[in-house]
Parts: sequence; C-alpha cells; structure tokens
Amino acid sequence: MATASIRALLEQAFPGGEIGVDDRTGGGDHFQVTVVSSAFDGLSLIEQHKLVNAALAAPLADGTIHELRIRTKGTA
Amino acid sequence: MTTISEQIKHVIDTEPVAVFIKGTPDAPACGNSLRALQALWQAGAPIAAIDILPDPRIRQELSALSEWPTIPQVFVKGELIGGADITEEMLASGDLRAKLDEALGAEREQTVRTIELALPTP
Repeated sequence: MATASIRALLEQAFPGGEIGVDDRTGGGDHFQVTVVSSAFDGLSLIEQHKLVNAALAAPLADGTIHELRIRTKGTA
Repeated sequence: MTTISEQIKHVIDTEPVAVFIKGTPDAPACGNSLRALQALWQAGAPIAAIDILPDPRIRQELSALSEWPTIPQVFVKGELIGGADITEEMLASGDLRAKLDEALGAEREQTVRTIELALPTP
C-alpha cells in the first residue's frame, strides 16, 4: 500500500516526528501528509517542504504520488 | 531559438510573479494550480502564468532548475516561494501580501497574463 510506504519513508526521514498520511481520494495516489518534527525548527516553510519532498523523492519521481499536499510544523 | 530551459529561466528572472501551472488561469487543469492562482489573486499579485502541459520537457526543465518536484510552482522576483500549500499558508498568515509589498511595492497592479513558451522541435 502506498500510504504505508509513504509513512515509512517519512518516519525514516523524521525520526520521532509526528507523521500523518491521508489518502485524500481513496485512489492511492493523492496524498496529504502532515509532519511535525524538530527537524523543521528554525527553517522557512520552503526549506521545510523541501525536506519532505526529498524524503518522498522516489515515489514522486516514479508517479506513485500523483498529487502531494504538505503541511509541516516545527516543535520549537 | 533559445532552449526551453533558457526560456523558463528568463521568465523566472524577469516576471515579478511567475506561476507554473497545469492549464491556464481561465481553465486550470488541476485543483492545486487553481489554489495557487486564487491565493496570488487574493494577495493582489501581478500574475504571469505558464502552462506546463503543452510539452513534458517544460516540467522536466523547470523542476531541474528549481529543485522542486511538483506543480504548481510560484516565483516572486526570481525566488521560488513554493507550491499551492505554502502559497495558501502565506496568504492566510499575511506573509504573502507582505512579501509582495516588499518585493514589488504596495501600489502594484493586479493583473493576470499567460506566457507561452516557444517550443523547439524535439
């Protein structure tokens, strides 16, 4: 399942972070991800989103993720 | 004729606000492209929209330049500010309007234009 593998990638990239993955349409390719992590502390929104994009680079590149919505938050 | 990459770079460097979308402002082909356009419009931006759908090379070259994998992509004065989520978040927080005020002045004109790239034959 794509949802589980996306969650695994995010958990690996943001250890100890609070991860949410929502299959928005039920079709397994439109996702809303939420990540709350200390890795974002002090970073701008674009830097935060770049970290999430980097963590999900493989499924973004191969088309597993057709659409990605990102919400990030630091812990500071 | 200049390459697609050169044309993209030129648009990013010269347009005050450039947004790369799927479809056109009149007929956005994707909900996220629409969200970015609406947020920019509500912030009173002079929007220059570029449709990435006519040729897959546009998106490839754009993402290679910007290091941002998804569409839409919003640039203000040559700087990538993000996709639909960040643009909406910045609208809600007031940061988008503040950024536009700072980059372009508060007296800016609210416009929407479409820019077509000249596509070299593959």
